[in-house]
Amino acid sequence: MAENGIGASVRRKEDYRFITGGGQYVDDINRPGQAYAYFLRSPHAHAAIRGIDASQALAAPGVLAVLTGDDVKAAGWGGLICGWMVKSKDGSDMKAGPHPILCQGKARYVGDPVAMVVAETYLQAKDAAELVEVDYDVLPACVATDKADQPGQPQVHDGIANNAVYNWELGDKAAVDAAIAAAAHVTKLDFVNNRLVPNAMEPRAAIGDYDRASNGFTLHTTSQNPHVARLVISAFVGVAPEHKLRVIAPDVGGGFGSKIFIYNEECACLLASRMVRRPVKWTAERSESFVSDAHGRDHVTHAELAMDRDGRFTALRVHTKANMGAYLSTFASCVPTYLYATLLAGQYKTPAIYCEVDAVYTNTTPVDAYRGAGRPEATFLLETIVETAAKELGVDPAELRRRNFIEPSAFPYQTPVALVYDIGNYGAHLDKALELADYAGFAGRRAKSEARGKLRGVGFSCYIEACGIAPSAVVGSLGAGVGLWESAKIRFTHTGVCQVLTGTHTHGQGHETTFAQLIADKLGVPIDNVEVVHGDTDKTPVGMGTYGSRSLAVGGQAIVNAAEKIIAKGKKIAAHLLEAAEADIEFQNGSFTVKGTDRSKSLGEVVFEAYVPHHIPQGLVEPGMEETAFYDPANFTYPSGTYICEVEVDQDTGVVEIDRFVAVDDFGKVINPMIVEGQVHGGLAQGIGQALIEGCVYDEAGQLLSASYMDYCMPRADGLPDFQIATTETPCTHNTLGVKGCGEAGAIGSPPAVMNAITDAIGVRVSMPATPEKVWRALQNRQMPQAAE
Amino acid sequence: MAKVSMTVNGQNVTRDVEPRTLLVEFLRQHLDLTGTHVGCDTSQCGACVVHLDGRSVKACTMLAVQCEGAKVMTIEGLAQNGELHPMQAAFREHHGLQCGFCTPGMIMSAIDLVQHNPSPSEDEIRHWLEGNLCRCTGYHNIVKAIKAGAASMGG
Amino acid sequence: MYAFEFHRPSSVADAIAALKAASDGKLMAGGQTLIPTLKQRLAQPSDVIDLGGIKELHGIRQDGNSLVIGAMAKHGEVAGSDLVKSVIPGLHELAGLIGDPQVRNRGTIGGSLANSDPAADYPAAVLALNATIKTDRRSIAADDYFTGLFQTALADDELITAISFPRPEACGYAKFRNPASRYAIVGVMVARTGGGVRVAVTGAGPCAFRLPDFERALAGSFSADALAGLSVSPSGLNSDMHASAEYRAHLVRVMAQRAVKAVR
Repeated sequence: MAENGIGASVRRKEDYRFITGGGQYVDDINRPGQAYAYFLRSPHAHAAIRGIDASQALAAPGVLAVLTGDDVKAAGWGGLICGWMVKSKDGSDMKAGPHPILCQGKARYVGDPVAMVVAETYLQAKDAAELVEVDYDVLPACVATDKADQPGQPQVHDGIANNAVYNWELGDKAAVDAAIAAAAHVTKLDFVNNRLVPNAMEPRAAIGDYDRASNGFTLHTTSQNPHVARLVISAFVGVAPEHKLRVIAPDVGGGFGSKIFIYNEECACLLASRMVRRPVKWTAERSESFVSDAHGRDHVTHAELAMDRDGRFTALRVHTKANMGAYLSTFASCVPTYLYATLLAGQYKTPAIYCEVDAVYTNTTPVDAYRGAGRPEATFLLETIVETAAKELGVDPAELRRRNFIEPSAFPYQTPVALVYDIGNYGAHLDKALELADYAGFAGRRAKSEARGKLRGVGFSCYIEACGIAPSAVVGSLGAGVGLWESAKIRFTHTGVCQVLTGTHTHGQGHETTFAQLIADKLGVPIDNVEVVHGDTDKTPVGMGTYGSRSLAVGGQAIVNAAEKIIAKGKKIAAHLLEAAEADIEFQNGSFTVKGTDRSKSLGEVVFEAYVPHHIPQGLVEPGMEETAFYDPANFTYPSGTYICEVEVDQDTGVVEIDRFVAVDDFGKVINPMIVEGQVHGGLAQGIGQALIEGCVYDEAGQLLSASYMDYCMPRADGLPDFQIATTETPCTHNTLGVKGCGEAGAIGSPPAVMNAITDAIGVRVSMPATPEKVWRALQNRQMPQAAE
Repeated sequence: MAKVSMTVNGQNVTRDVEPRTLLVEFLRQHLDLTGTHVGCDTSQCGACVVHLDGRSVKACTMLAVQCEGAKVMTIEGLAQNGELHPMQAAFREHHGLQCGFCTPGMIMSAIDLVQHNPSPSEDEIRHWLEGNLCRCTGYHNIVKAIKAGAASMGG
Repeated sequence: MYAFEFHRPSSVADAIAALKAASDGKLMAGGQTLIPTLKQRLAQPSDVIDLGGIKELHGIRQDGNSLVIGAMAKHGEVAGSDLVKSVIPGLHELAGLIGDPQVRNRGTIGGSLANSDPAADYPAAVLALNATIKTDRRSIAADDYFTGLFQTALADDELITAISFPRPEACGYAKFRNPASRYAIVGVMVARTGGGVRVAVTGAGPCAFRLPDFERALAGSFSADALAGLSVSPSGLNSDMHASAEYRAHLVRVMAQRAVKAVR
């Protein structure tokens, strides 16, 4: 292994700037002559807009312009799109309502941008926004997920009956119905998967900058995928041809999905810049983030798991209602379908699975992918119903899972819900987790807790996820509007240092280090001599960005493939310099060597020769040393793991404390263990947050009540345990690195482990988040005799 | 407009500001010290934590004009002659940061903790961080980093 | 934040004069509630009068059998004071539970009491310890001070200068915090004083209040068990997404018992 190569916990190259205050986030960037924007947002969940009078605002100090939906229309610009076509089971296309940049005639959720005020300073823009008079005709709002498609509900979009986006299905319904009818035991459960606010710590921001000379635009924005942003803003919003739009996503302070999507504000900043002929900057206040960043989750589900007499799963039937909010966000449609129902086999050989999903509009903030995106919802459902089945059957929950695991010998394994798992060893991480959690000692700990008046419970979660979101042909067949390959360019210079230009984007994941390690490992270049470049459509090759734990498994493999091209070209040059046959040249540890001899040329010497080709005969190779690779994998990757959570419940208050949390993951090969552990920690915190404290609360009028950190509970240091983390390894079979992806696992696997532990402790299920009051009430109800009986 | 003078990272600065200018706006917009971040508008996230006369405060919950004559230290002022403060070094060594956005506030807060509790326990560190939110790390490595940072600060 | 005029007087008299001269002036102590309120544009004072420059409002001292805490004493100063710790350890502990460290480094006892947030911690201590609120013109007994939601006995132009806490025999505080804001959902202070047992609750109602039933029970037997059979009516208690009135009522009893156990 090269020093600082694959497998080394290299300290991060990017850290120095962050720990010294040198990071450059969008809001840290100021363009000469910059003006500032403030968005006036609808205070109503549903309202017709009869008129907007901006005359007073326009006369206010410093105001340069007030934009409304009419200005967007007048510019000939379109609206935002959803890039994934999902068809209903009757074959019809999903119903996508128009999604204007600024409201046109109607506001559909609290926070919907109605007007944009541009002024010399931010405070002037905000002051003037209070002078914009909007004549609202307030309409009744449709809010509840489970009621949205019932008759009589307010209609969010004209012409879309019953707020129904699509009615989609996957699986063999007849086989599932028959298996359930014939089952020895059926476990039935209802679930709510609570709506969450992503809450990346950096609020979204954008600077639109129109350049008269080129008649083009530069957009600085908080994006996880600048090329996708450019594509959508160019081709669909119609701002400018793609080559006239440069999108730069510099340092980005966390995303978790919320910065994948194309948002109103960044488009509006571009238009405003062209109108006022100055750069226009907007930075969200956190209160705006709460209502305008796409939310996550929000499912209501009924599920039934059928078993034979031995507790072997025979069928799973699922019906889910998924709340899309007021508009279909960029990838919203695929989250409760292809990223959800396809995961319902989990780690189990359930032979028949059927899932039906009704997606609905409501007068709430749009919902889209949030860390895990569909897979946490599938995992929560499956791992809760399996654990409940174990309780009903009186079987140890670990044992019931083991009985139903897909055996290691069964791979590649075709699930009944479309996916083909390439590899896994589920028993291995279960065994390791049981040992780390000291499962054998649980009974003793429970007794000790009871002696102190506390209730103790243990819960499991054996998750699987499909990530490395990629195979273009597969996602295309499922409705994706784009291919999901990835790109990389390795560019050496005369002096032997190199840049790696990647189409992925790092916003906390440490790509600048991990990708440099790949170069160190494959090419023997010290990591200090490697610069990873990302986040600028004018610099990097076209790429699809970072989400779905894809950056290493897809983008990293592209880098490795580009490195192979460097080696191939270098061998030609080295062979000439060493007067040997190309076939006799070996490359190792940064040197080209003639097989069986000590004659060699370093990569640096070969690179220099490539740029100063004084000794290279005409036609041998092109000068220079720069190679690009595009990589489209054959399959998703399938990380899996076992999580075990142990909680203690205070009966007097209902407070749940996590006593221990063990996470054993199989991510295949690990490049930088330190970074991987960090990714798991963060995912666990978000999953535990979902289970215990996080949740959106809307009132009946569609007002978001949990709209600031005063009411939306964020996990804090004192509410989380010291995590126990370990890995097992089955290398991915279809990339040469053997890597899978680790970004989302923690958030996918952890909620059911926590909730199962609570159920085990208190004897009844409560919904997420398991707030102290809910747990306390459940305990009260449990203790109260049933009066009616 | 009001005139305000203070010492920021050892340098005397005087500016004319609107009285409603927050300290964090003063640092970021008037002095171009953008290492101090704004992550919320309800004084909870702690991304803006700086030191005011040696104690950690939220720069989003102070007016610049309140700092007349005060000594302010920001993340940019910690490293001396290119050498990282031990707490900065510990955050790097223990992977106490991911996206980096909460990091300046975390480090400033941590240094205040260690200045009056030289060897805090893990529990004390977790309680101290009540005023600092991080969405990336699950706090696990931040806690480890602060513990190590405290040790190398001489605790 | 809307624009305002800023003043930084160096005496109480100047502060009052500035307040009187302003069309809609607002006194600012630590600003930890006022500044967030201004940022959200929930208030639009013409003038903000910063009390930070008034030396006479600072300091913590012992005066006979009482602890006198200047209105501008920060929560962090109280929580870090050896004097407070030795005279009223329960108060020392309570101060350390307010907000977070950075809020404690700015927020003041005078500001907290003048604001009288229903979920603030200090009101429980003031009421349970039978403190006296000293203002620029008079002394107000704790029992007369809290009059309603964000309402106190203070006149519009009255300024708190100090709070005098008579030393109790012992006291203890227990807090059930809002997991998001860290304010008290319910906070209870129990004190054994020369004048009898006092039990005061914050977070549960529109303002801090005492629990005569609980006080009587504890006067009979000062133990957590003495409260076991008691309950509080949810009627009139606060209710929000974090805790219903019924749950708060339950928590009052639980926290009171914990406060008794925490008594030092």
